[in-house]
Amino acid sequence: MTYPVPALAPALPEIWLAVAALALLLFGVMRGDGATRIVAWGAVAALAIAGVLVVTGPTDGAQTFSGMFVADRFGIFVKLLVLLGSAAAILMSLRYLRDETVEHFEYPVLIVLATVGMMMMVSASDLISLYLGLELQSLSLYVLAAFKRDSVASTESGLKYFLLGALASGIFLYGASLVYGYTGATGFAAIAAEIEGEAQLGLLFGMAFLIAGLAFKVSAVPFHMWTPDVYQGAPTPVTAFFAVAPKITSLAVFMRVMLEPFGALVDDWSQILVVLSALSMGLGAFAAIGQTSLKRLLAYSSIGHVGFALMGLAAGTAEGARGILIYVAVYLVMNIGAWAVVLTMRRDDEGLVEGIDDLAGMGRNSPVLALAMAIFLFSLAGIPPMAGFFAKFYVFLAAIHAGLYWLAVIGALATVVGAFYYLRVIKIMYFDEPARPFERAPRELRWIIAVTAGLTLFFFLFPGGMVAEADLAAQALWK
Amino acid sequence: MEIALGHYLTVAAIVFTLGIFGIFLNRKNVIIILMSIELMLIAVNINLVAFSAYAGDLVGQVFAMFVLTVAAAEATIGLSILVTYFRNRGTVAVEDINLMKG
Repeated sequence: MTYPVPALAPALPEIWLAVAALALLLFGVMRGDGATRIVAWGAVAALAIAGVLVVTGPTDGAQTFSGMFVADRFGIFVKLLVLLGSAAAILMSLRYLRDETVEHFEYPVLIVLATVGMMMMVSASDLISLYLGLELQSLSLYVLAAFKRDSVASTESGLKYFLLGALASGIFLYGASLVYGYTGATGFAAIAAEIEGEAQLGLLFGMAFLIAGLAFKVSAVPFHMWTPDVYQGAPTPVTAFFAVAPKITSLAVFMRVMLEPFGALVDDWSQILVVLSALSMGLGAFAAIGQTSLKRLLAYSSIGHVGFALMGLAAGTAEGARGILIYVAVYLVMNIGAWAVVLTMRRDDEGLVEGIDDLAGMGRNSPVLALAMAIFLFSLAGIPPMAGFFAKFYVFLAAIHAGLYWLAVIGALATVVGAFYYLRVIKIMYFDEPARPFERAPRELRWIIAVTAGLTLFFFLFPGGMVAEADLAAQALWK
Repeated sequence: MEIALGHYLTVAAIVFTLGIFGIFLNRKNVIIILMSIELMLIAVNINLVAFSAYAGDLVGQVFAMFVLTVAAAEATIGLSILVTYFRNRGTVAVEDINLMKG
């Protein structure tokens, strides 16, 4: 028997990034922790090259590895966002790693490995390859959460993340095994072909388990309980990474799993997603009100945002899928910016602070930073003309066109409640008795904040190209 | 009595439920949670192999091999995080993992 070599071109970005991660790891082992900065910049360069490979790669839905891996426009769109998020996360950590004396070369390597896992998840068109990507991502993230080894908070957050992440993987796998049993296939196309007839009860059970596992990964209520604790305890740049790249990936995978293999069962799963979405929006809005830690506040905010994004998936239409893609792109930009501002909250004697009260007087002490933070918070709240408004606009539009009026009403109410706590932070920044000023922000953070604030503020001038790209990407899910 | 597919699935469902309850009801020791996670994965493997054998399709067994491999990696990572946590706190009791809440 002969086995042909699978076509490698569709998976070239992932292969390149995996090889680059191993090379960076070898380099780090040879040079020691003194080379962390070089490894970090090498990792950023590797991510940039992977981005070029993603853009120049096949766009027509080319499959490889016996149909387990697909390179389509949907994948390209999400992968570019993930690469941007990962590169920004590495740049944002440079100063933190040095100041907190955790400058180990494994840090950028772990981020690159997690990125490889995320890109595999996005491109997976089979339950097996999806699971392997998911685990490569998750295992790297567990270690990153516990990266500050001598801190109780960091190791505790790593432990919690591991326990609940492993539980989620187990639930996901149990669902995958049932789906395999009742359809006899693990490939998405084969499962979809099998479901065309009628769905058995066992298959619906399997699908429900898959949804529960994925809801854990995107931290949708009621599977969100790990998120605030992990976000608060993990080192701040790691939290910034958690809040963007893995979240976007999990949402994208959620979309692909629901729309490709289970597209025929849309009436069954859209009810579940309506509940997940409504609960997430509600809890994200109300639980954030009483928080005193900015990291925890942003964690609840991210739960709320997942609720809004899932509204587009509950619609179950191409318009809803387009809405989610626009949402995650805007979410990425404004969250990177907001977390970069959190990373600038450093004082000589206290180190990094994270209380909301510590922002007091920022409007006077560092007006430019405060202005940028205000832009991000207005955008997170969804106030026009910031980018966050358009993100919400497109998912609301999709929900209303799909007849989900109640969900849209709940979303609108959650937006109003959410606006309260975002505006409270702005009020503290500008009108409260000033606290002591922060240290001057490092250069890479200032650059990231400037770029993301500009994109958030001026998105309304050029939404067309972005919407068209998201439209093409969403169409790829309906072949 | 012949052992049919339903029996395997029932065993797997019971083991899986035991795993989930082990995670949520156990208030003593984190190691027990790690064992419960392994139970869940074992249940998945029973399911996969049973389905695979009854359908005469090898994909399920391939999937089970991947699950086994990843489970080993997962246990390694979990134990090493647990060790670093123990070095900081000196305890692995579930009720002591409470620095962050609210």
